[in-house]
Amino acid sequence: MEALDGNAIGGLLHEVFGVEMTTAKGVCASCGAAGQVAELVVYLQAPGTVARCRSCSSILMVIVEVRGTTCVDLRGLAALDLASGAGLTR
Amino acid sequence: MIPTTLTYAERTSSRATSSNVSFVSRGFRGRRRDPEADSTRLPPGQHVTEDFPVLSAGPTPHIPLDEWSFSIVHGDEKETWTWDEFRDLPSEEVTVDIHCVTRWSKLDTTWEGVSIDTLLEQVEHEAAYVLAFCDGGYTTNLPLEDVSDGKAWVAFAYDEEPLDPEHGGPARLLVPHLYFWKSAKWVRGLMLRDTDEPGFWETYGYHSYGDPWREQRYAGD
Amino acid sequence: MRTIVFGVPEWSGHRAGQHLDIRLTAEDGYRAEREYSIASAPGERVAITVERLDNGEVSPYLTEELRQGDEIELRGPIGGYFVWDPEDESPLLLVAGGSGIVPLRAMVRHRRGSGSEVPVRLLYSSRTLADVIYRAELDEPADGVEVVYTLTREQPTGWSGYARRVDEELLGEVAWPAEEGALAFVCGPTSFVETVASGLVELGYPPPRVKTERFGATGR
Repeated sequence: MEALDGNAIGGLLHEVFGVEMTTAKGVCASCGAAGQVAELVVYLQAPGTVARCRSCSSILMVIVEVRGTTCVDLRGLAALDLASGAGLTR
Repeated sequence: MIPTTLTYAERTSSRATSSNVSFVSRGFRGRRRDPEADSTRLPPGQHVTEDFPVLSAGPTPHIPLDEWSFSIVHGDEKETWTWDEFRDLPSEEVTVDIHCVTRWSKLDTTWEGVSIDTLLEQVEHEAAYVLAFCDGGYTTNLPLEDVSDGKAWVAFAYDEEPLDPEHGGPARLLVPHLYFWKSAKWVRGLMLRDTDEPGFWETYGYHSYGDPWREQRYAGD
Repeated sequence: MRTIVFGVPEWSGHRAGQHLDIRLTAEDGYRAEREYSIASAPGERVAITVERLDNGEVSPYLTEELRQGDEIELRGPIGGYFVWDPEDESPLLLVAGGSGIVPLRAMVRHRRGSGSEVPVRLLYSSRTLADVIYRAELDEPADGVEVVYTLTREQPTGWSGYARRVDEELLGEVAWPAEEGALAFVCGPTSFVETVASGLVELGYPPPRVKTERFGATGR
């Protein structure tokens, strides 16, 4: 199964954060690479969803849904700019 | 293509809790349950699959065999086998059913592997728990007795072929009596511990033990 | 293959390139969710195009069982990165692998519907001519839109077009030269997207000018 990208978790992240997240800018805590959530390497269908840095493969986000509650671990991110996610909306 | 117009029900973005009445999609049944599947062999909430889904949390590691090793770590002590040493150990073929927490089960899968008992024999210990560690950083925790007494293997072949990297090759843990996330892919060793330490998915709320027959998918089940 | 149009009360509108999350629930509570790119342009009724996959769980339901009058749960529109708006006046390069054509088709329709005159080149890779979606529409493109097919598995007799997987050479022949400052959207299976995106960067496209959307091997 090939990895997808952050577009595939756009709906899930919107639900969690309340804003469009594919354009949000994240900074990898491991290697410092900055990029938009849409361009993260995403592994779906495991027991949870894992988003990794495209540069160094470190885990940036882990999203697990347990009995109706969604848990999002962002420890792998040094920064996540939600404002860039809100972006252009109609 | 003839467009089909449908009306739309109330949009809901929240997961239904057990007290909500859930919207039902008319005519949707999900994966067809195989009526011939022996239901006494299926734990609750599982369905049989003919294929072998590949679920992963990261890229497939590719370790050259001459760099591979398997270790049992106990405090400061470490017993290590190279690939050749590992393959020199007695191994056995087993046919088992496997059950993934994502609800698929596969019956009568055949593997070849080295029993964990064989590996543990080399190490003196009084540990109660193990933490399996793998290439790529994945970990999972198990009580030591659940990888002993013929219940677990380090498997290097599946369906009579060397284990595919996608499925955890060159070697993975095989612990069929528990949910398959405990059968860690790309396993490189076991850390013996006196206390239980949650592994990767367990830290995020998956059950520490993971018995499919008691449907222990999440912590608290 | 089936295009499904939804009537959504109070739909807030969408942008070209966005997608929907569809959720199906069986009577026993079992749920399946899939993403589908919106195939229609802003202003048109929301539609998706679904390919029936033999081994699929959701696509057989959507293409065979779902009927007029049924209700369905969906979430969206989703996406702010892989979207095209007519305010952008750069030349457009759209590169589709298989079902990756869906969001790009929405962009082409939106361009026409909005009166935009940006020049567009659409490179569409399919296994065979029969696998080409929206063929009638794409065979009669609007002014300023050039469509180039490549058929990777089988070609009809007399086919004089490209007959191989997209590689850097093919891209070099079809893509806008880097100096044109084009904006590229690449959509399809992951390996297709990676090959094309790195090919475009090799041709001189700055990485921020190459937008990518990866579909799973099964389409999503």
